[in-house]
Amino acid sequence: MFTPHTQKDVEVMLKSIGIEKIEDLFTEIPEKFRYPKLNLAPRLTEMEAAMELESIASANGSTKDLLSFLGAGAYDHYIPAIIDNILQRGEWYTSYTPYQPEISQGTLQAIFEFQSLICQLTGMDVCNASHYDGATAAAEAMILADSHFRGKRNKFLVSRAVNPQYRAVMRTYFQTHDDVHILGDEPETGIETDLQKLIDQIDNDTALVLVQYPDFFGRIVDYKPLIDAAHAHGTLVAVATNPTALGILTPPGELGADIVIGEGQPLGIPLSFGGPYLGYFAVTNDLLRKIAGRLVGETQDVDGNLAYVLTLTAREQHIRRGKATSNICSNQGLMTLAATIYMTVLGKEGFKEVSNLCYQKAHFAAEQVGQVEGFTLAFPETPFFHEFVVKSEKPVADVLEWLRDHDILGGYDLGQDYPELKGHLMIAVTEKISREDIEYLVAVLEEEYHD
Amino acid sequence: MTEPTIFEMSSPGRRAIKMPAVDVPEVPLPKGFERQNLAFPEISELGVVRHFTRLSQLNYSIDTGFYPLGSCTMKYNPKINEATARIPGFGHTHPLQPEDTVQGNLYLMYHLQKMLAEIGGFAGATLQPAAGAQGELVGALMIKKYHQDRGDFQRLRMLIPDSAHGTNPATSAMVGFEIVPLPTDPRGNVDLEALKSLVDDRLAGLMLTNPNTLGLFDENVEEVIKIVHQAGGLVYGDGANMNAILGVAQPGKIGFDVLHYNIHKTFSTPHGGGGPGSGPVVVAERLLDYLPDPVVDIIEEGDEENPPLYGFVTPSKTIGRIKSFHGHFGLLVRAYTYISMLGAEGLRDIAEKAVLNANYLQEKLKGTYTLPYDRSCMHEFVLEGFWEDVPEIHALDIAKRLIDYGLHPPTNYFPLIVKEALMIEPTETESIETLDRFAEVMLKIAEEARTQPELLKNAPHHAPIKRADELKAAKDLVLCCYPMGLGQD
Repeated sequence: MFTPHTQKDVEVMLKSIGIEKIEDLFTEIPEKFRYPKLNLAPRLTEMEAAMELESIASANGSTKDLLSFLGAGAYDHYIPAIIDNILQRGEWYTSYTPYQPEISQGTLQAIFEFQSLICQLTGMDVCNASHYDGATAAAEAMILADSHFRGKRNKFLVSRAVNPQYRAVMRTYFQTHDDVHILGDEPETGIETDLQKLIDQIDNDTALVLVQYPDFFGRIVDYKPLIDAAHAHGTLVAVATNPTALGILTPPGELGADIVIGEGQPLGIPLSFGGPYLGYFAVTNDLLRKIAGRLVGETQDVDGNLAYVLTLTAREQHIRRGKATSNICSNQGLMTLAATIYMTVLGKEGFKEVSNLCYQKAHFAAEQVGQVEGFTLAFPETPFFHEFVVKSEKPVADVLEWLRDHDILGGYDLGQDYPELKGHLMIAVTEKISREDIEYLVAVLEEEYHD
Repeated sequence: MTEPTIFEMSSPGRRAIKMPAVDVPEVPLPKGFERQNLAFPEISELGVVRHFTRLSQLNYSIDTGFYPLGSCTMKYNPKINEATARIPGFGHTHPLQPEDTVQGNLYLMYHLQKMLAEIGGFAGATLQPAAGAQGELVGALMIKKYHQDRGDFQRLRMLIPDSAHGTNPATSAMVGFEIVPLPTDPRGNVDLEALKSLVDDRLAGLMLTNPNTLGLFDENVEEVIKIVHQAGGLVYGDGANMNAILGVAQPGKIGFDVLHYNIHKTFSTPHGGGGPGSGPVVVAERLLDYLPDPVVDIIEEGDEENPPLYGFVTPSKTIGRIKSFHGHFGLLVRAYTYISMLGAEGLRDIAEKAVLNANYLQEKLKGTYTLPYDRSCMHEFVLEGFWEDVPEIHALDIAKRLIDYGLHPPTNYFPLIVKEALMIEPTETESIETLDRFAEVMLKIAEEARTQPELLKNAPHHAPIKRADELKAAKDLVLCCYPMGLGQD
């Protein structure tokens, strides 16, 4: 199927090599290990495979069939048709990393444009060609801060209102560093928006503070006091951001962030059960040489024509090996292209429209759900973007199950990650949710309460 | 040939996509947080389509030509994979949906874990790692935790052959291992005497790529693994080169304790211009409990009427979560499709044809180019891109001249232990005609090196751009469409 060799080809090739049979090429493998019997299902033709995969997928309930209010780090946005159409060009998706710039100008320029768009969106100076996802970008921010202070500052403060998966990944990455302490997200520090308990922990041993904007609960918090307090101690501040929100919100760069990271999935990337997505990573000029991952820069060819190349590669593992800034090798290539096309095709006005639609519909939904008997808004005084928390009198699991019976994915049960938020449900609303959808949700919730 | 950037193409007031009107009563934007300006481009939809289509045409790709890029396994990416990954039931599932609404996804992941474990001869798998490098990180973290749980806190030395990929030492450094370089012997194998002298009770393990980056199967692999195991170390397999031994040998049966796959190499998922990759890790019995959190398992056995219920479970001694959600699921669907279409028989065919193609090319080129390790190779081989009689010609010149003939250059200057290395991996999906043409061009370039060396020195002549000034890029540092730090907003 995927090998073009005819019997005659094989004979010609074997003769040219000077051997009799293909097996003769594998004699260096100890005989007792050669040609094991693999316990795998018999091979399928393309048609059979297509049908088999359709059949497997049919066991899922997708967001095509279900009305989804799930967010918590991955969001169901409208993806313009142009994106996948362009992504399916073989010149994009079957090309390799652009190490040969003369025949990779397409990929290189697209990454350069991605870097430019993310810098514009976040208000930062420099952005790399991407990390795996938002969570690993958060871990890389820690690695950057650790190397910035050459291991001399050992305290890393992470707000409890940062995505729990990001926090888990940061701990996984640093579990072997006995001298590194990740603090700030204990229940005692809490999730209050005045941040005072977090600010009180910043000292001269603090390398990095990480906060999320909007935070994991969708809340829009003023981080200026925290950033100023951190900078007074020379501490770096990283802000994890939902890119969609930056269509209407002040970019973290203007608030004084040193590092801005985030999950790029909302930028035209399908939900696809969690991946592949992309993590974006932007910094100020001061931190430029500490950034990990691929960077594309502008230059000229020998004739003086504009050209793009991968640059500052001496930071990377294939050159620096054990002393590299990180072990990261790939970037999210095709996903950065999707995000680049998304930001371009929506453009200045369309991007703001999406952001505003999410904001407005979420506020309408919050107002409506907050009026349902048995449900109250958890943070009624705090501004929020497109996700909000409601406190439920009935157990959240029961509410979600009821909604499921009506083909609604009702949102995220916060009790899974926050014992103090047992009985709290988090609801996300994107531009794809209509007023009727919200009214239907409210009607089902009302029915449930009175059931 | 240049294409303007999207910012240069922008014209105020022009639109591509317009979103629907707000259908709910509007509330004011949050006070004090309103964004002042968003200087995104303003281009028509056709303008955007042409821009990204024209850019694509500046790229070389597998779909347009031969890609003999050593260590990268640039095989054909079957179109059916793209179709199955886009089935709405997969593509439109949210990663946090209740498990009973995603039984299809969990079934696929459970069985892919089984398939990958079986192909490698291991006991279990994680699909979470986002790339080979992250797979290595998972492996290194598990090895460290394994030793610590046994009270072996002093086991901090990781042996890494001098032919290894750069990610191996970079990963070891990230988890705090001391990197101990291991020399290669004159036949291209691990130097056994050196190995014996480097193992003691401080040994954490060995990271071994087999076949190695010279394209050679280590002839003493059993002995190498035995030495490491006897000293109490574990053996990590860098599975970058698994394409050579699919269905032919199982690293787990040979004694490897843990191995990562690069499914964007071995299992045909597209490279996408640099990613996304996917680096599932398979482990032997003793590391099963250390796998990242979570893995997919059967929660409730099925019976005659009901299929089993699949769900996520946390391994008892897990190193923790390594990325958000469940790995690069879209790529897992592609790999599952590919393996289903091959079965045991097809996998063996892949390895055999990959190795046959490489040996055929090696035979054709080795008289003209120096072959430093003159042995039967596996899926790739490494030549010296250098001749003593024309010292001004380097591997880079040969690589760039290939571009003029419409061919992608081999990997060059890696592995580091070969002078002016040209690392060639044809893959199994290429025909004898393609290999013959490549060999013919390589021989012609060797001739040009003597007769018209300037053709090589100034190559490429027929590419969208001439050689790019990389020093200028690093010196002037323009990383955005406007001068750094200026022009924003």
